[in-house]
Amino acid sequence: MTDTPAIELKGISKAFGPVQANKDISIRVMPGTIHGIIGENGAGKSTLMSILYGFYKADAGEVWINGDRKDITDSQAAIAAGIGMVFQHFKLVHNFTVLENVILGAEDGAMLTPSLAKARGVLKTLAEEYELNVDPEALIENLSVGHQQRVEILKALYREADILILDEPTGVLTPAEADHLFRILEGLRREGKTIILITHKLREIMEITDTVSVMRRGEMTATVKTSETSPEELAELMVGRKVLLRVDKQPARPGARVLEIENLRLTDRDGVERLKGISLDVRAGEILGIAGVSGNGQSELLRVLGGYAEATGTIRVNGQKIDLTGRHSDGRSRRARGIAHVPEDRHHEGLILPYTAWENSVFGYHDDPAIQSGPLMNNAAIKAEAAAKMERFDVRPPNPALAARNFSGGNQQKIVLAREIERNPDLLLVGQPTRGVDIGAIEFIHQQILRLRDEGKAILLVSVELDEILSLSDRIAVMFDGQVMGERLPDQTDQTELGLLMAGVTETGGRSPIEAVDAKLQAKDAREAGQNG
Amino acid sequence: MDLNTILQVLDSTVRLATPLLLACLAGLFSERSGIIDIGLEGKMLIAAFFSAAIAAMVSTAETWQLFGMELTWLKDLMPAVIWGMFAGILAALFLSGLHGLASITFRGNQLISGVALNFLASGITVLIAQVWFRQGGRTPSLISGGRFEEITLPLAETLRPVPLLGPIYADLISGHSILVYVGLLMVPLTWWVLFRTRYGLRLRAVGEAPEAVDTAGVSVTGLRYSSLVITGVLCGLAGAYLATGLQAGFVREMTAGRGYIALAALIFAKWRPWYALGACLLFGFLQAVALRYQNIDLGAFTVPVQFMDALPYVLTVVILAGFVGKAIPPRAGGEPYVKER
Repeated sequence: MTDTPAIELKGISKAFGPVQANKDISIRVMPGTIHGIIGENGAGKSTLMSILYGFYKADAGEVWINGDRKDITDSQAAIAAGIGMVFQHFKLVHNFTVLENVILGAEDGAMLTPSLAKARGVLKTLAEEYELNVDPEALIENLSVGHQQRVEILKALYREADILILDEPTGVLTPAEADHLFRILEGLRREGKTIILITHKLREIMEITDTVSVMRRGEMTATVKTSETSPEELAELMVGRKVLLRVDKQPARPGARVLEIENLRLTDRDGVERLKGISLDVRAGEILGIAGVSGNGQSELLRVLGGYAEATGTIRVNGQKIDLTGRHSDGRSRRARGIAHVPEDRHHEGLILPYTAWENSVFGYHDDPAIQSGPLMNNAAIKAEAAAKMERFDVRPPNPALAARNFSGGNQQKIVLAREIERNPDLLLVGQPTRGVDIGAIEFIHQQILRLRDEGKAILLVSVELDEILSLSDRIAVMFDGQVMGERLPDQTDQTELGLLMAGVTETGGRSPIEAVDAKLQAKDAREAGQNG
Repeated sequence: MDLNTILQVLDSTVRLATPLLLACLAGLFSERSGIIDIGLEGKMLIAAFFSAAIAAMVSTAETWQLFGMELTWLKDLMPAVIWGMFAGILAALFLSGLHGLASITFRGNQLISGVALNFLASGITVLIAQVWFRQGGRTPSLISGGRFEEITLPLAETLRPVPLLGPIYADLISGHSILVYVGLLMVPLTWWVLFRTRYGLRLRAVGEAPEAVDTAGVSVTGLRYSSLVITGVLCGLAGAYLATGLQAGFVREMTAGRGYIALAALIFAKWRPWYALGACLLFGFLQAVALRYQNIDLGAFTVPVQFMDALPYVLTVVILAGFVGKAIPPRAGGEPYVKER
């Protein structure tokens, strides 16, 4: 190994208006290594990588690639310097084939046919070399998320990238798909490629990286060898204080059944059956965690329970049946029955972003007689209550007159959570409570959910984060393709078993977990391709 | 109904479909690149005016002089109608450029920009026509040399006696102006460009996922402007055909909603070139029928001419509402591209 770093950033600074996204950042990444960059949301990781990929121009600083100073003004220059990037949100053309996506922008000559033929050959070689198997003629929209990600990696390799940047690559993957990705990355490292992995998951950093840099509020707080650090130390570097990584919880004391769901079915407007006979129950004083890769019916389940999707089947709350269609199937009737809902998508379903925090703090409960003053709303009282809630939930800044969009993700979530929890519901529905939320706020949100449980409330938790499901839930149900694949107890299961269930695999048939999942995914791809063709 | 009548209606169909087809393909290029172009109407109209106006001026001028320089040789390089055609294309390109400036560079609303261009074209054509020609907002009628001549294909007259095929060849296939054949050739050409060339791949990609094009190191702005250039040229041809091929001069609002019908045809065709040909022929046929059967006497009462004139437009609505099925437009259509933060 040489002493010349594959990538060296010297004193990179970048400001967006008054916000200093990157402050004097310097890193050195040696060739043939996997370097992790970890930090909370908004710490400046993505900005830094966008500068390296030519998306933004740095205000100050230099980029050196393999010992040469490079002026990376646009993506074309980055590609020429051998940098490839796999974005968090894939940059693929959904109705193009894999091949067409791979050659886009890297065609040989003006005609497509020879370019496609060449790419077909290259892809075959790459597939064998790095376990990057994808059907080159498949349309992107028919591929699973994991396969789409492989296309992104193939795109970079086809452009002969030596440096690969991956931005939060595992956020959308099942554990088995993530394992496969890591095997691919290890293969690439063996071939001498340099990889930068951006993530906020400590486990991934510990598992695969050689060195790791921690970012906090636009600054690089430390760069260490992974073998010489610990998750606790990294978390402290990220947040700036000690963080409890394990959730401390008392054993649950479940009581009467609060929520009973029987044979719930939902068919969407396109005629696709999204819920295929779900049966579940949640008791008072327990948390039922619903695990699953997003898009397997969890969102629909939450919508039905929250009153904004119609379905067939039976749902009882405290023994009373609730209407699943018609006039009395809406959010207001659900709230009247003691159901509170923290939606998965807080930007669209939980908050009205341009409205102030105090206005957002009463949505859904705005017709409560306690906050009326004659025919008008008693705004002064609402504001006072909002200020008190924000104080209790440690929302920063504690200013009720600020528009919801001006709060960070974690603080927005706290505003929603405060609104729903403080109404003292019998049943709390929580969707992705910590998506896009900083570690510090995650800890707080988890504590609030547990506090509600210990007060004897029933909680239905939907999350794609297995760590979250495992540490919060008293029981775990796994959803796949609109069905409940099984229920497990958190202390009697592990990530591997849950991961298999999340991929719809109940029997491995003697194969390794990864092979079983791959076989299942391929069967699914084939089925979908058949439907579309 | 005899063969002759059918052939006349079909012949008329081809003529009336040509401006629709050229405009429809113009819209196809623009919308495939992610720019919604409701301004096809305006671009056709301004091209119709300038092609007729320049053709009229060139064909009546004896000599050309500019700043004392003798330029008559330049005028004689091309027939007046070709001068007109190029003027029309330039005018349409100018409006296309304005649309690009508003919707690509300044990321404005593409519908509003398109509507504004239609109003601009509608007003400015009549205004300039009045200032130049003083004939109530029209151009003088074009005499020979100022119009596209009809081309008789080889052996048309020789083959005419052959039953059925002879008249079809001689009357339907032969005997159109060059732009009709250009329009028809544009269909396979467009298909080939879109689906067989690098440019087409990038064009289709930029209308679906501009961020994919951008990260691949290709300029989104450049691609979108280039597609608007093609749109401008095709609209220019459509307008030139209207004023100097189909008719003999410009009259106010002579496009009569053809730009919008072309847009409707584009949706009906699901943004595909061959389907566009079919859709335009269908709409052309409806117009041809309306033209041919102005007053239908049903014995008890007569179907008024207004009804027949309105029929193509009514059927446009009916077809779009009922028969299109699921038309999925290019995904990025109407959205100015902004790099995400």
